[in-house]
Amino acid sequence: MPHEQIHDDHAPIEDVRYGDDELLEIAIRALLIEKNVLTAEQVNRQIDNMDSRNPALGARVIARAWYDKRFRERLIDEPLVAIELEFDMPMTGPLELVVLENKPQIHNVVVCTLCSCYPRMLLGIPPAWYKATEYRSRVVREPRAVLSEFGLELPDNVEVRVSDSTADLRYLVLPLRPAGTEGWSEDQLAAIVTRDCMIGTAIPRSE
Amino acid sequence: MDEKLIRFEPGDKVRVRRLSPETHCRTPCYLRGSVGTVRNIAGIFRNPSELAFHRPGLPKLPLYRVEFRLCDVFCSQSVNDKIFADIYDHWLQPIAEDG
Repeated sequence: MPHEQIHDDHAPIEDVRYGDDELLEIAIRALLIEKNVLTAEQVNRQIDNMDSRNPALGARVIARAWYDKRFRERLIDEPLVAIELEFDMPMTGPLELVVLENKPQIHNVVVCTLCSCYPRMLLGIPPAWYKATEYRSRVVREPRAVLSEFGLELPDNVEVRVSDSTADLRYLVLPLRPAGTEGWSEDQLAAIVTRDCMIGTAIPRSE
Repeated sequence: MDEKLIRFEPGDKVRVRRLSPETHCRTPCYLRGSVGTVRNIAGIFRNPSELAFHRPGLPKLPLYRVEFRLCDVFCSQSVNDKIFADIYDHWLQPIAEDG
């Protein structure tokens, strides 16, 4: 009896199909390496560096600011220098970071109506909705309606401040530490600071 | 910071010029013609309209953080809400020049 080979079912191995942008990037990268402008190792190191920037890092910064009053003051005064020293990560560069402090009567939310400027040095890659035309065009025109679609209803006596990142500054929202978090550790605090809390489309909650 | 370049101080009322450049700029259309208040001087930066074409972007320009009342920019019921945007010097005119 002929031996029948039995294959396990598995997901088909996908060939990656590159779009024009990916092909362009591959070509330019290969050229830069071939012409000794960059090394492959440098490219990889930069990709690793970018991957290390993510909302978890931002959440640690916010939790530290809630925990340590002196760090909070330095963070507001000179954000990138303060983060660089405190967390030992290179932050300073051509772009500046502004920390927008939420207050009981002031809620901040960030957008880039022109493109998708975002505090990447701290939070990494922006979410798709942040780059979408709908968010960018509506949050300046009707911020309360947009925030309510995110599940955030703000009372009328809270002033909404929309910061449009039009130029060389990037914005990070420093949310209010919620009631009920007294005695929490810094790690516990960081766990409730989501990416959206630092964009201003959400607020941290203790439950 | 080159203080000589600074034309506006915090608290100054300014109007965003109604210009329509066909090339890259950083002043959103929805703010053109609006009146706002300078809140602070963000610094002096190279001109992004020039940098976009790989030119040096010099001379550098002051950049102001300007506050607008939402209801002055869009017909809106939220009279207390605000928009803050960063606007380069050459896009702003003193309110007194309005005529």
